[in-house]
Amino acid sequence: MSSHATFIYILLAGVAATAVWRMLGLFLSSGLSEDSALLDWVKAVSTALVAGLVARTVLFPPGALADVSLAIRMGAFGLGVATYFALRRNLGLGVLSGASALLVAQYVFR
Amino acid sequence: MDDTALQGGSSAQGEPEWAKGAGRWLAFWHGVWETPIVPPLILSLTFLGFGALTNGIGLSLLHTLFMTVFIFALPGQVVLVDEMSRGASVITAAFAVTATAVRLLPMTVALLPVIRERSGPKWMEFVIAYFVAITFWVETMRRTPAVPRRFRAPYTMGIAAVLIGASVIGALAGFLLAANVPAAVAAALLFLTPMYFLLSMLASSRGAGEAMPILAGLALGPLMHLAVPEWDLLLTGLVGGTLSFVAVRWLRGRTLA
Repeated sequence: MSSHATFIYILLAGVAATAVWRMLGLFLSSGLSEDSALLDWVKAVSTALVAGLVARTVLFPPGALADVSLAIRMGAFGLGVATYFALRRNLGLGVLSGASALLVAQYVFR
Repeated sequence: MDDTALQGGSSAQGEPEWAKGAGRWLAFWHGVWETPIVPPLILSLTFLGFGALTNGIGLSLLHTLFMTVFIFALPGQVVLVDEMSRGASVITAAFAVTATAVRLLPMTVALLPVIRERSGPKWMEFVIAYFVAITFWVETMRRTPAVPRRFRAPYTMGIAAVLIGASVIGALAGFLLAANVPAAVAAALLFLTPMYFLLSMLASSRGAGEAMPILAGLALGPLMHLAVPEWDLLLTGLVGGTLSFVAVRWLRGRTLA
């Protein structure tokens, strides 16, 4: 593909295919106020969706993560969550401890 | 009821010091400064992988950065690059990308009423809606409720600016390095994202009512993935979100009665 053709491909199959949902969301959101029941429901739907993505990534991981054993993935994830709560809800240290546990465990348990 | 500026819980008493007499630019800069290092760092690291990926299939740096800014949703970008590398038609690729992007619809619908000011300029709402993505959504939902309503849109644009910048830097670095990082490091980089998503949702949830959709999503996500792989995320959101919404309403009704 030439560079121009590649740009058109990206615009149609990438940019337009993504932006259409955001713009539809902008349009649909205009009647909602922050404390409506409808919005509570929409928030619950999008939260459950992101949580679903989290569980799917840990249990059915993409790419290089798929080569790590399930036990290490679950253990590192649990450790990250535990660190977060143990250090009074420290987001940064929770994330970093989970990821570094996953890294170290791959060298320790092989 | 609509005029939340007059009665919004956070406006009068809980207003941060900087907001007194501040303008929109100052609010924008506070959105930038107050962004913790972890979310942009994680984005940079995950986009590092994307830059390496596009380099590997022979796309140019310009294509890579264009996708990163104007699609600004990593799952869709990875799917698009995958389709391109397999020589798929534009139609096939568009359907695959759009399936990963449907999740942005409920996220946009949920986010805009939080940042909207009735008398504020519409173009800011457009820009914010255009860049809705998971990290941005989580960070905005967590932080903006503490910001006075009149400054929420520019403040949120500050958050967006940091996250877009971090993604571009990551993609650029990944493309230039075309990283041959060891597999163990690549796995740890991929692990940062789910870890961050879950903990920041926990950080922004107050009480059992807001934790319920998180638990429902965690439980349903893998099940839906096995049952209906093409629509798993959307169905997880609809089923898990609706069940927790109904459960929370029912429990509240019981405690009030």
